[in-house]
Amino acid sequence: MALLEVCGLTVHYQTRQGEVHAIDGVSFTLEPGEALGLVGESGCGKTSIALALLRLLPENALAKRGRILFAGRDLLELPEEEMRQIRWKGISMIFQGAMNSLNPVYRVGDQIIEAILTHNPQASERQARAKVAQLFELVGLDPERLDRFPHEYSGGMKQRAVIAMALACDPKIVIADEPTTALDVIVQDKILREMRRIQKETGVSMIYISHDMAVIAEVADTIGVMYAGKLVELGPAEEIFTSPVHPYTEALLSAFPSIHGEKRRLKSLPGEPPDLLHPPPGCRFHPRCPYATAVCQREEPPLEPHRDGGQAACWHPL
Amino acid sequence: MTAKNVLVRVERLARLFPVARGWLRRARHFVHAVDEVSFQIQQGEIFGLVGESGCGKTTTGKLLLKLLEPTRGRISFRLERTPQDLPLPRDADGFVPLTHLRGRRALKEFRRHAQMIFQDPYESLNPRMTVLEIITEPLRVQKIGDPLEQEGQGAEMLKRVGLSPPESFLFRYPHELSGGQRQRVAIARAMIINPSFIVADEPTSMLDVSIRAGIMNLMLSLREEFNISYLYITHDLAVARYMCDRIAVMYLGKIVELGPTEAVIQNPLHPYTKALISAVPVPDPRVKRPSLELKGGVPRPIDPEPRCRFYNRCPIATDHCRIHNHPPLEEKERAHWVACYEA
Repeated sequence: MALLEVCGLTVHYQTRQGEVHAIDGVSFTLEPGEALGLVGESGCGKTSIALALLRLLPENALAKRGRILFAGRDLLELPEEEMRQIRWKGISMIFQGAMNSLNPVYRVGDQIIEAILTHNPQASERQARAKVAQLFELVGLDPERLDRFPHEYSGGMKQRAVIAMALACDPKIVIADEPTTALDVIVQDKILREMRRIQKETGVSMIYISHDMAVIAEVADTIGVMYAGKLVELGPAEEIFTSPVHPYTEALLSAFPSIHGEKRRLKSLPGEPPDLLHPPPGCRFHPRCPYATAVCQREEPPLEPHRDGGQAACWHPL
Repeated sequence: MTAKNVLVRVERLARLFPVARGWLRRARHFVHAVDEVSFQIQQGEIFGLVGESGCGKTTTGKLLLKLLEPTRGRISFRLERTPQDLPLPRDADGFVPLTHLRGRRALKEFRRHAQMIFQDPYESLNPRMTVLEIITEPLRVQKIGDPLEQEGQGAEMLKRVGLSPPESFLFRYPHELSGGQRQRVAIARAMIINPSFIVADEPTSMLDVSIRAGIMNLMLSLREEFNISYLYITHDLAVARYMCDRIAVMYLGKIVELGPTEAVIQNPLHPYTKALISAVPVPDPRVKRPSLELKGGVPRPIDPEPRCRFYNRCPIATDHCRIHNHPPLEEKERAHWVACYEA
C-alpha cells in the first residue's frame, strides 16, 4: 500500500477579487523510500500542495474536495489534536528559506532539542541531545557545533541544520520546498548530494518542490509537472526528461539552457501563465499550447496513463 | 582579439569597502570587493562575469557605469558622437577615461552610451510612471526630440521588445504588468537612446522559467540588430553559456579564468572553475556528474593575504602557492587566460 495517497485534492483561496483556483483535482501517490519531485513555475500550486498535506493552509483557503490518505487515514478529516501528532513525526517540512528562520538568540542545537521534546514528551533532555548529535553527524555537521548560534553558521551549514531539524522526529515523509534556492551552486550541489544520501540511508520518503528542472532531475525518482493548479504530467524521472508527453513539459525542458551537450536555441513559450481567478476553460494550457485544438478549449483533459508508464493530462499527448 | 574593436578597457580596477569604521577613526579593515581586475570588451560582444554571490561581479558592473567610484585602476570607453562643444578628456588612442570624467554634462553624455538593466523588474521601474513615461525618460533627460517624436519612438521600441500592440501598454503602470513584461519595459528603457554598451545584472534570475528564454532571446536579437555590447552578470553558468561570447570567472574579487565561453566551460583550467562547473545541476537524470568537492565555504575578502585567494580551498595548492603572491592571469591556451601556478 502506498504511504501517501492524494486523490482529487482541490484547494481554492477566498480573496476579495474572488476565488483563486490554486489546486484543482491533483492526485498522486508516494511509496515508502520514494523521492517525488514537484516542478512548476511560481503560482502553479506546488507550495499549496505541501501546506495542504500538513494542514497548514492559510485561513482563507478552502480544501474543497479530495482526500489525503496517510497510513490509511484521511488527513483532511482528522481532528486538530491528531493532526498535530502527524506533523513532524509523520510528515515534516523544510520550508522555503527555513535557514533564515532559525532563532538568532538560541543555540542551534537547543532549537532542535526543543522540537524533539515537544513531540516526544517522554524523552529526556539527554536523550534528545544525543539524538541531535546523531542527526548532526547524519547531515554532515560537526556535533561540536551544537552549542553555536545561527550567526556562527554559514548558509550551507544552516541549511544542514534545518534538514537535521526536519528529521528530528524520524518522520516517514519530508517535504522540501525549494531547499537550495538561496544557496550558491557549489553549496547547493553538496546539500543535494547529502539529501540524496540521507534519503538512501534512512529510507525516508521525500517530496521535493522546485521551479528548477535541473535540481529536480538530480534528486527525484518520480516527477510531477504542475501548471496553473493542475498536475499535467506524472512519471518516472527519466521518462519525463527523455520523452515528455505533455506539451508543457516539453516546453519547460526546451526553455532551460544546459552546460552539457550541444548548444541549442532555447524556445520560449508565448504568453503568460493564466490568472487563477479566472482559469481558462478546458485545458488550462491551451492558450499557450502549440498543439491546441477545439476540444482543448472545451473540455478538461483528465490525468490518464499513457504508453510509457507515466500519466499525462492532455488531449493530444506527444 | 584586435585592439581596433575594443569598446571598454578595464585596467587593474579595484574597489575596497571599509568595514566597521569607528567614529572619527580611519577604517582599518577593508573588503576587497574588486581586486585588480583587467579585461576588455569588444564592440558587439557579450562578455559574461560569473561567480558565486559576493565575488565582486555586481560591484564591477556598477564601477563600469560610474555608479560607484573605483578605489584604484582605470576604465576607458571608446565614445564617439560627442557634441562639438563638449571636450572630453581623451587618451592618446582616443579612449575616454571614465575615471577622469568630471561634471554633470560629461556624465550625462556618458549615459547616452552606457545603460543598465537590473535584476529585479519589480523594483527598477517607477510605480507612479506609465510605461510611456518610463521608456521615454532617457529621451527627455537627453533632450532628444519633442514629446510627439518621443512617443513615436517609445511605441516603436515597445514593438521591438515584443510588447505589441504598443497602444495597449503605453498607458499602463508597472503593477499592471507581469514580471516578463516589466523586464521587457526595462530593456526598452535601456535601448531607447541607442547605447553602445549595456550592463545587465542577472536580468532573468527573478523571472519564471517559461519567461526567461524569451528575455534571453530578445537580448541576443537586440545585440545582432544594434551591435551593442553587454556586460552580462550571472551566477548561472548555463545562462552564461547561452548568452556570452567570452566569460570571466570571478572569485573573491579576482578574475581567476577568462576566455571564450565554450573553452572555459568545456575545458576549465582553474581548479575553482572546475569545481564550479562540476557542481552545476544538469536537467537530465541520466547524466551522473563527478563530484569535485571543495573544502569549506567562500570566505569574506576582508584584508586578504597576498597569496592566491583560492589557496585555502584549493585541492591542488602547493608550497609555491603559499609563499607567492596571487598568481597573474596568463594565457595558457589561445585567448584562454588563467590565474593559477599549477594549472
